[in-house]
Amino acid sequence: MAAGAKIDPMHQFMIQPIAGNLEAGNPFVFTNSALWTLVVLALIWFFMMGGMKRQLVPGRWQVMVEGLIGFVDDMVHASIGPEGKKYLPWVFTSFVFLLFANLMGNMPLAAFGVHPFTVTSQFTFTGVMSLISFAIVLGVGFWKHGLHFFTLFTPPGVHWIGKVLLFPIEFISFMVRPFSLGLRPFIAMFAGHILVDIFGNFIVQGLQAGGGGIGVSVLAFLFVAFINVLELLVAAIQAYVFAILTALYINDAVNLH
Amino acid sequence: MDLEAAKVIGAGLAAIGVGAAGIGVGIVFGSFLESALRNPAAADGQQGRLFIGFAAAELLGLMAFAISMIILYAI
Repeated sequence: MAAGAKIDPMHQFMIQPIAGNLEAGNPFVFTNSALWTLVVLALIWFFMMGGMKRQLVPGRWQVMVEGLIGFVDDMVHASIGPEGKKYLPWVFTSFVFLLFANLMGNMPLAAFGVHPFTVTSQFTFTGVMSLISFAIVLGVGFWKHGLHFFTLFTPPGVHWIGKVLLFPIEFISFMVRPFSLGLRPFIAMFAGHILVDIFGNFIVQGLQAGGGGIGVSVLAFLFVAFINVLELLVAAIQAYVFAILTALYINDAVNLH
Repeated sequence: MDLEAAKVIGAGLAAIGVGAAGIGVGIVFGSFLESALRNPAAADGQQGRLFIGFAAAELLGLMAFAISMIILYAI
């Protein structure tokens, strides 16, 4: 390894206190995670407020915001049906938050000396979001159907022996949902950022090595550029998948098959 | 075998899963294209399911990658 430089891709996920001291045992510390969450929320607020002027002839910004809402609304309507309108606020909130947070983490702001912290690269964030989705599913399911909700685990039109066999499988697959739902956006951001970090290190190390290392640097640079574009796509896809899976799970609770 | 060698070998073994997930993603998009070309009119309505299948397959590959990286750098 050139110049004994140690690659440390985990450093970017460290939560560092900005104000206050983590070691003092004080749980209320303003960290970089909190700071970038506020930045993301401010951006979302700015974006939404700019488009909510309700003009009769919408400008570009209003079309953008209305298009985003219409996109999520169509998705919720397609997967839940006419009752889906009630669940649009949470699905839209989670979609927009994940989209903005994922994209914010990919912004090349380090060129200006600020290091964006990807808040969705921490499982605490996405895990809590998936727990909220799961709580909505459980709440709606038991509220609407009572104990009848448990028929969700027994597929209709199956012999009772089949139902006995399928019940534990369906139950486990239902209980795993919050984990897989929260793990997905977290792992996608985590892995993508590690990949960019490692290949970014290859560029520097190749340049330090000189000779054939320059070729490695060029290849690594092209790969980092490619991965960054892919990350933008993944950021949008993960937000979309979280929203559509939330909608599908709520559909299970609302309509029971 | 000392710990350093075992770590590198373990990370390499964990990375096999990324290739397997690559096969999975290929199957998802391949099957989608195959059937989308047979019935292009119905293809647009299935895009949500395409992305769900893609995300499900991709998650496992990313997990394999993340585990490999955690073995290498975080332990």
